[in-house]
Amino acid sequence: MTEYRITAGFIPLTDSLLLVMAREKGFAADEGVELTLVREISWANIRDRVAVGQFDVAHMLAPMPIAASLGLSPIDVPVISVMGLNLGGNAFTVSAALWEAMAAAGAPADFSPADVGAALKTVVRARANKLKLAVVHPYSSHNYELRYWLAASGIHPGRDVELVIVPPPLMADALAAGRIDGFCVGEPWGSVAVASGAGRIATVKARYWPRSPEKVLGVAEAWAAANPEALLALLRAMHRAALWSSDPANHAEAAALLSQPTYLGQPADIIGRALSGLIAQGAGQVAAVDEFFIPHALGANLPNPDDALWYYSQMVRWDDVQHSPERAAVAAGSYRPELYRAVAGAALPKMSRGEWFDGVHYSPAELESYIETLRRSDLLIS
Amino acid sequence: MSVPELSILIIDENRIRASIIEDGLREAGHTRVALVHSVNEVARRITEILPDVVVIDLENPDRDQLEHFFTLSRALRKPVAMFVDRSDTAEIQAAVEAGVSAYVVDGLKKERVKAILDMAISRFNAFSRLTRELEEARTALEDRKIIDKAKSILMKSRGLDEAAAYALLRTTAMNQNRKLVDIAQSLVTAAGLLGSDI
Repeated sequence: MTEYRITAGFIPLTDSLLLVMAREKGFAADEGVELTLVREISWANIRDRVAVGQFDVAHMLAPMPIAASLGLSPIDVPVISVMGLNLGGNAFTVSAALWEAMAAAGAPADFSPADVGAALKTVVRARANKLKLAVVHPYSSHNYELRYWLAASGIHPGRDVELVIVPPPLMADALAAGRIDGFCVGEPWGSVAVASGAGRIATVKARYWPRSPEKVLGVAEAWAAANPEALLALLRAMHRAALWSSDPANHAEAAALLSQPTYLGQPADIIGRALSGLIAQGAGQVAAVDEFFIPHALGANLPNPDDALWYYSQMVRWDDVQHSPERAAVAAGSYRPELYRAVAGAALPKMSRGEWFDGVHYSPAELESYIETLRRSDLLIS
Repeated sequence: MSVPELSILIIDENRIRASIIEDGLREAGHTRVALVHSVNEVARRITEILPDVVVIDLENPDRDQLEHFFTLSRALRKPVAMFVDRSDTAEIQAAVEAGVSAYVVDGLKKERVKAILDMAISRFNAFSRLTRELEEARTALEDRKIIDKAKSILMKSRGLDEAAAYALLRTTAMNQNRKLVDIAQSLVTAAGLLGSDI
């Protein structure tokens, strides 16, 4: 029996998986939730439609609740993350022409972030004009990840390349048309560009920052406070969707469901490979990437305030916000683990996060010195 | 004291809707109104237009890109905020429901910009109403054609007059708790399959 009607916005990406499975596999209905999914065309629309209450919940970029709670969004409505939707799942894809230049500069095919970054640096230094690299939104994990990887590779993201914004479904086309030279985006859009021959996956999130937080389930704080039971029922459904999705035996079925035109509208085999971490290396080669996409294990679903603080540290690093202890507390407070912890109970997997490939240790307890270390090394990029 | 006129940029892939908004703004006395239909055109013409207010439809797939562009662009000399007043939630709600977003150069008087946004919202709503009505009229016309076809099948195959054929369709629909047009469509499809001479 339907007790709650919940409308959720999503962007066509593999990591909309848990929302789509909660609906399609009947987990939401079992919990008395009539879950309506609305595909959106831009992250700005997701943000604004949650803020004005057209969406009750949404598939969101990890930094979005942080930005909204810090007052960096156009509409002043605090948003919280009540569940993590996945770890990993992004890839950095370059055009065929850029890959050729990078390969000539020594880029290996194994996605090694340090070696691929070094080759990209050589190419950037030799070029007369700046490469155009795309991310999906300013307040996106993709923006901060790409900036981190570039800076750690000795490429200044603000000075040495031009960063632009392109929505995920348009990335492959923009690359094919030569409007951008590379992009960082969630699957399947990197593999779609590879399949069309326009691009080559150079490195992946699972390699430059293993077991790292990605999309979240975002909700306006006021809606969560006014609808606690509906939200708990949805989280129970999402938890069951996460358990179901983490079983490799279900990947083919999940991929077929996601491939429908109302969701991703892309081939099921490409989506299925992304779920299983089989990533195209180009020329018909597929590499198995360990822990490429994690929808449940390793504490993927538990909102972790330390993850929020990492994104906050990067917002400070790149001057999106000025640091103060109060702002850091607001950022951490936008990730709320209590509800999901209660729902998962004994089934909560032990949390694990990896270190960045450059070995700079992130310690949330020493946030200020972490930011200082990164900013100092940014000044030394030459 | 004369106030410099605001430069308004409308970005909409739907040329008809864009023209409707432009007309409204011109009627309200604005003469510096520019219409642009694509992102590339925005990048090319931004320094010439130097907008104070930018209106973008929410269906635009390039909205994230445009928003980022406006925050960075030096053509907009001051910071850009979306909507007139971050705390005016009723206005923002009305805008999002109408499917429109607006970006405003910081420091403009609220009342001046509010009138522009109000105009955009009401024109967007009028356009959706028009589209919906057109769609309904089109569907009604399609339905009529199918029902007429079904009637003529019944008239030929059962030797009924028009009124009796219509009454039969209506009774069947009522008995089966279905829409008249659905019964008519089933009949037309079945007749097609059976190769009846219609």
